[in-house]
Amino acid sequence: MNIWINDVKIEAFEGETILEAAKRNNINIPTLCHYPELHINSDCRVCVVEVEGSWSLKTSCSTPVRDGMKIRTNTPKVLNARKTVVELLLSNHDANCTNCTRNLNCELQSLAATVGIDESRFESVLEKVDLDVNNPSLVRNPNRCIKCGRCVDVCANMQGKHVLERIGRGHEMEIRPAFSQNIDTLTCTLCGQCANVCPVGAILEKDNTDLVWEKLNDPNTFVMVQVAPAVRVTVGEAFDCEGEIMNVGKLVTALKKMGFNHVYDTDFTADLTIVEEGNELLKRIKDGGTLPLFTSCCPGWINMAEQDYPEILPHISSCKSPQQMFGALAKSYFAEKHNMDPKNIYVVSIMPCTAKKYEAQRVEMMLYDERPDVDVVLTTRELIKMLKQMGIDFGQMEETEFDDPFGITTGAGAIFGASGGVAEAAMRTLYEIVNKKPLENLDFKDVRGLEGIKETTVKLGEKDVKVAVAHTLKKAKVLVEQAIRGESPYTFIEIMACPGGCIGGGGQPYGTTNEVRMKRMESLYVIDGSMVYRKSHENPSIIKLYEDYLGEANSEKAHHLLHTHYHSRN
Amino acid sequence: MSEKILLTARFDKVNPLSIDDYLSFNGYSALQKAVKMNREDIINEIKESRLTGRGGAAFPVHIKMSSVAREKGDKILICNADEGEPGNFKDRYLMEKDPHQVLEGMIISAFAVGATKAYIYIRGEYRNSIDIMKHAIEEARLHGFLGKSILETNQSLDIEIRRGCGAYVCGEEFALIESIEGKAGRTRVKPPYPTQKGAFNLPTLINNVETFANLPHIINMSGKKYSEIGSKNATGTKLISLSGNVKNKGLYEVEYGTTIRYVVEVLGKGPKNNRKIKMVQLGGASGPIIPEELLDMEIDNESFHIFNSKMASGAVIVMDDSHDLFDVIYRNMTFFAHESCGKCAPCREGHTQIVRLVKKFVNREASMKDYNSLKSLAHVIHESTLCGLGQTSPTSILSTIEYFPDEYMRKVAYRKERGF
Repeated sequence: MNIWINDVKIEAFEGETILEAAKRNNINIPTLCHYPELHINSDCRVCVVEVEGSWSLKTSCSTPVRDGMKIRTNTPKVLNARKTVVELLLSNHDANCTNCTRNLNCELQSLAATVGIDESRFESVLEKVDLDVNNPSLVRNPNRCIKCGRCVDVCANMQGKHVLERIGRGHEMEIRPAFSQNIDTLTCTLCGQCANVCPVGAILEKDNTDLVWEKLNDPNTFVMVQVAPAVRVTVGEAFDCEGEIMNVGKLVTALKKMGFNHVYDTDFTADLTIVEEGNELLKRIKDGGTLPLFTSCCPGWINMAEQDYPEILPHISSCKSPQQMFGALAKSYFAEKHNMDPKNIYVVSIMPCTAKKYEAQRVEMMLYDERPDVDVVLTTRELIKMLKQMGIDFGQMEETEFDDPFGITTGAGAIFGASGGVAEAAMRTLYEIVNKKPLENLDFKDVRGLEGIKETTVKLGEKDVKVAVAHTLKKAKVLVEQAIRGESPYTFIEIMACPGGCIGGGGQPYGTTNEVRMKRMESLYVIDGSMVYRKSHENPSIIKLYEDYLGEANSEKAHHLLHTHYHSRN
Repeated sequence: MSEKILLTARFDKVNPLSIDDYLSFNGYSALQKAVKMNREDIINEIKESRLTGRGGAAFPVHIKMSSVAREKGDKILICNADEGEPGNFKDRYLMEKDPHQVLEGMIISAFAVGATKAYIYIRGEYRNSIDIMKHAIEEARLHGFLGKSILETNQSLDIEIRRGCGAYVCGEEFALIESIEGKAGRTRVKPPYPTQKGAFNLPTLINNVETFANLPHIINMSGKKYSEIGSKNATGTKLISLSGNVKNKGLYEVEYGTTIRYVVEVLGKGPKNNRKIKMVQLGGASGPIIPEELLDMEIDNESFHIFNSKMASGAVIVMDDSHDLFDVIYRNMTFFAHESCGKCAPCREGHTQIVRLVKKFVNREASMKDYNSLKSLAHVIHESTLCGLGQTSPTSILSTIEYFPDEYMRKVAYRKERGF
């Protein structure tokens, strides 16, 4: 069909919205609450246009095209409505832009510039309230909230958690947890997707950068840092050099420049996780243990399991996540090897994730002196902030290798960052351990990509073992509830709380859409393809670690250091 | 044209608590007739009657009905009895004086569209209406007009009453549907429309109480006959809730085409104490305010086109010359600021600001800049909000800017003269 936008005839398709048709034809209509992949609420009313024959303005995000429709995007009526809406939002927003983490990276700020706000006609009616800071991961600043509803939608419809809701009505309407509570660790998984989609600074990760700067400048502390697989493909986005393999080397150099004594790769403990978890699975299969086995690397998922599905806890692998395995080894194996007191070792991890901040503070994750094994967790966004504070020109960094002994890694560890990666890495290892012959095709393409629930089969000995992968908590619920009902056809199930896995994590740079997720995933698979080792059990450092220190997989020592347990928070 | 007794014919004659009484007044005869007709014919009668929705928007009823009838699977029927619009009390009268008339209309609709589950969403404060409707539903069930295989047909229908919790916005169809589903009353984005995806995501026919009450009459007298009542622009009768500064306040049934002056001066007997009529607000707090000179306007669906507004809800609020225009507008606007659900930005933040601006006029502190801001903001709220609440709430401002410009300028001049 044909429609006219500002007198230009364009082709449009049945079922698409005015906004979609305009976008395809490079006609820019400003939006605010609209976010790809989320439900269309059309709450902000910024994207209004005039449609011939209608007295009211139509929101282009929600209005379907009609054959012969005549649309105008820039009449005085439209421009005034858009401007007025932004002025109204600003009248109830803590618009102290220079004192905000989102300064120069804020959708409301750029929209205000787009619609041309000079002087607002409306007085501020903002009544400041206290911030919500009672959890280790997120800070909710209601004074900045513009009630666009993205967080409500992502929490309810993507994660199936319904933690954030619209409470109250009229001017008093606010977005927060039910019964006017704050975010807590009993209901919220702290996945941080709300923070990732927030257009302003109303939900942010809890900023721990000051702590790290302090330790970096303390001569008596040995500060080491681990970098998660998914961080290396996103950090470059903030410096206009997007996720390519060379960013890993640049990142190591940048971190060294910041003052970290040693820079390590979480990919290493990802490999270790595969060996431990793989052997746990084989043992459960052999001994008739609880199956299916669910992965345990994702703290958002663990939070949901402990909160909502205590029945599933025996199904979850007892392995700590790669982050926590690293922390435990740093303060045992590394400390012993270098004759250091674990007290003087400070472990920082850089994660794509806000829930990792909670995980690091769990009591089970404190082996020495009731101090966390991982002392502090920074998100990718906090890392970017620190790099900018340092004035580091990321693109100009030369490349450096990770330090030993946790520096040699495999492609299997790298793909942990993408949904399906843990399952794929596990299958590569399990196949070879069980079948005692090399796996010909290492790429398990069935479990890659953005499909919500993916599955595949791997032949282990005589058995066909069914493996499933789910990302987003809403999809995870499907597999979990199936397993609780005793109807799960699978033996091994990978769960990641965030869409696309860690590359779409709640601590990642803003603007994560499916297009961006695909790009980040592809970068990880490029890294995987380029590695010397692509199977966790072939990692020479892992082999050495077992020989020197742990003995064998699932040994007593390994259990003490690398395994944990869960309890119901229901 | 004047009073025409149709919907109110049995008022105070029939015992609302007795179905036998209703039956003795020819009650449920339209239903008996309708069950022998096929769906298309029922809807066709309604099409011929040119019946429009009586809740506020005056949408042609047969269009809604045929789109629901076209859908497959389970369907829902909803009677909107939330009646939250200030100045309206017609639905309450309909439910409390002749409840079976409403039920009969609902059952006929259920036949026409194939709905098996119905809700009556009644304003929470209407405890009496709720009791009476409950009693009526029970009696209708015992007589075989509700439940399984109604009058030995394949049709079954179950009617449930849902009580509102005091939110004005729940009279808006999607907010009402959300409320029925147990959620907070906040509207949804359209499309899809309720006829496609309404309550519990099922195709839903939602009509006002008065709309349903018209159906038995249309079936009984035929659509064609019904369409002869009323005027060129609207057919049938209209229930008018007359209130304010008139001697005879109350509910009146008039034919479409009757003038507002007739309602105010002949039926209502005009203001007390020889005061003059200063203004009349039509339709409720969300309707236009017109000056005395415009009272010769006919009650129909077209007269208020200038305000993109219809007076289908039928409230007439008369205000004499003892009232200040801005007191009225201020009350209206604080009402809407309180009743906004808070979902969409221009309604949530806009009403807060519009109250502040109107307050300046009340306090004689308004400047020309304030006047321009008020006018602009009223237009933006009217034209760009998500649901009917914001689209109609500034009507009192937009209409008075048109018809009482001097009042605005007088306030602005006051400030100017005193130099602040």
